[in-house]
Amino acid sequence: MLVTNKNSAWVTLLLGSSLLLSACGQSSAPAASGSAQKETAAKPAEAVPAADVQKEAIEKYRQYVIGQTDEFVKAADAFTKAVKAGDIETAKSLYAPSRMHFERIEPIAESLGDFDPWIDAREGDVPDNEWRGYHRLEKALWETKSVAGQDKVADQLLQDVKQLRVKVESVEIDTAMLVTGAVELLNEVSSSKVTGEEERYSHTDLYDFAANVEGAHEIYQVLKPAVENKDAALAGEINSRFKELDQALQPYRKDKGYVSYTELTPEQTKKLSQAVDALAEPLSKMGTVIGG
Amino acid sequence: MSGSSKKDLFQKSFSRRDALKLAGAGGIGLLLGVGGIKAGALGEGMLAPAVPADGAKGKVVPFYGEHQAGIITPMQDFICMGAFDLTAKNLGEVRELFTRWTEAAARMSQGQGAGDNNSSPLVPPDDTGEAEGLNPSRTTITFGLGASFFDERYGLSGQRPAALVDLPRFKGDALLSEWSGGDVAVQVCADDPQVAFHAIRNLIRIARGKAVLRWLQEGFQRTGAADPQGSTPRNLLGFKDGTNNPDVQDAAAAKEIVWTEGGDHPSWMTGGSYLVMRRIRMRIEVWDRTTLGEQEATFGRHRATGAPLGGRTEFEPLDLAKKDAAGKPMIPADSHVALANMEGKVKILRRGYSYSNGIDLKTGQLDAGLLFLCYNRDPREQFIPMQMRLAAADKLNEYIVHVGSGLYACLPGVKPGGYIGSTLF
Repeated sequence: MLVTNKNSAWVTLLLGSSLLLSACGQSSAPAASGSAQKETAAKPAEAVPAADVQKEAIEKYRQYVIGQTDEFVKAADAFTKAVKAGDIETAKSLYAPSRMHFERIEPIAESLGDFDPWIDAREGDVPDNEWRGYHRLEKALWETKSVAGQDKVADQLLQDVKQLRVKVESVEIDTAMLVTGAVELLNEVSSSKVTGEEERYSHTDLYDFAANVEGAHEIYQVLKPAVENKDAALAGEINSRFKELDQALQPYRKDKGYVSYTELTPEQTKKLSQAVDALAEPLSKMGTVIGG
Repeated sequence: MSGSSKKDLFQKSFSRRDALKLAGAGGIGLLLGVGGIKAGALGEGMLAPAVPADGAKGKVVPFYGEHQAGIITPMQDFICMGAFDLTAKNLGEVRELFTRWTEAAARMSQGQGAGDNNSSPLVPPDDTGEAEGLNPSRTTITFGLGASFFDERYGLSGQRPAALVDLPRFKGDALLSEWSGGDVAVQVCADDPQVAFHAIRNLIRIARGKAVLRWLQEGFQRTGAADPQGSTPRNLLGFKDGTNNPDVQDAAAAKEIVWTEGGDHPSWMTGGSYLVMRRIRMRIEVWDRTTLGEQEATFGRHRATGAPLGGRTEFEPLDLAKKDAAGKPMIPADSHVALANMEGKVKILRRGYSYSNGIDLKTGQLDAGLLFLCYNRDPREQFIPMQMRLAAADKLNEYIVHVGSGLYACLPGVKPGGYIGSTLF
């Protein structure tokens, strides 16, 4: 008897739950009905003011991207000139700082076509006969230690950078791009900069690291009013994680740049990596500002 | 409704998805309460516990209670255990972390996701998703504080319990810092490896910015499916391990062996327990070329039956005085069981799991062994004297090496609305 009773209770329970499911409508998400209602109710109220804030943010960021590409053209011009002049020491000193302009806006450059493989491919990323750009010159400067025959690569690089500058004029940016772009910049840090894989010959990875973080910070700055408006606690957390990451990088700043990646112990690398993860987690929730 | 589909409904087990649907109708407890009404008299059903064992077919172990779950809970098939180093800047942030951990742990114990917002396409989902649709699998999540929690960072150095000692250096210890210590240890056990991993992963994610992982070890034992009778599990040396484990379902035994109370123990530890972790690597290759006679003399038991040497059945009492024809003890005095017996006076609750971490790149040998875990009321009186004796003389030491170690003060349990650690901070 007991068993039967128990089973009939289960039938009631399970039938009840399937009724509930149909009551939830066509929603594919198994969320509780209560929270689903909350979401629907919240939407219309906040959609309007958020749009203005975001428009302003996008325009601000577009100006930043244009500013960075302006600088990039100048820096790449000086770098490639040094390469073509055979001045290896000057070329080496200009290599990492000039790249930082690109690293700050990398997701935008990637959205505009093949600029990333042209400018930033590492050996093996593309077929050998198509390999060009910064890392090819990096290998010549640090590994081969000769820039003989690199004139064409240098010219092509400068041309690519100039073309990028032209293209960014017409780039269309939306908030979703900004949000994912900021996280992508930190993902770049996690997957190749903090591991020392980006700059395998020059070991200038920390320049790229810092530039990616600066780029993410710039995006956060323009979205900050919207984030604060929507979720002040989230904004507070992102703020303090940016500060902590900046502090974590501090010991590795040297002169106007950064120490060689090879000077870091595995323990120091791990700390930096964890600071990046600590920031990227709340940053990935900035999407709450989109669409109200 | 056809007969067969009715049968399907009876047999359908309680899944995470069911739990989520039910949550929408006012919570699992309420619905089970309704079931209770049908089963018995009106009113009586409402007194049913919020999540009765049979309500989820034995798959939910209640998270809330006087003691933390996962201590005297009968062992699940898998473990995923990690230790964290706190990076929180102040005690407020530590409190915030434990509050979020407690909420998420309570949810995941019931088979729910770590958080509610899993449907917005604009942000990463709160829950990582790999346990979606899986049943709760008797998940337990147990938190403990290491000695380093009580350093100067959070102003709690005066609160460090006397029993949370620095473990002495035992003979033969070859401890590695990357497998030892940690400010906070989290033991996740479940009957499914993916459910267990999901839980620790989401706790790690929640901790970002406040704590970083120091070490993580997965472990296993034979599953309930492979051994429906639930006989004593065997370790990776092939021997039954845990035959003499006390029956802590007996409340008096649990009180004597496991739960901390009174004495020089701080009141915030009342109802808690001390967890010892030892990551013990086994020299598998050496053991495999050891004769059966030597293996059995090492443990003091027969491999096939688990019976004490000279005995016939696993659970017969150890007779350490028994001599063979030549007048030598049947059970060697330096065998593992003879030493661990401690004249029957000192007991601990073992909760260990086997581990296998691939190969040692230096030697090509297996990196496998035992994630030894034990709970005791006071390690100064229980684990430490026992391990002192084993480390000094155990024949088994030839085949094992302790490479990781930790001692953690496992806080008392918590009521709904509270957080683990609230008795202290």
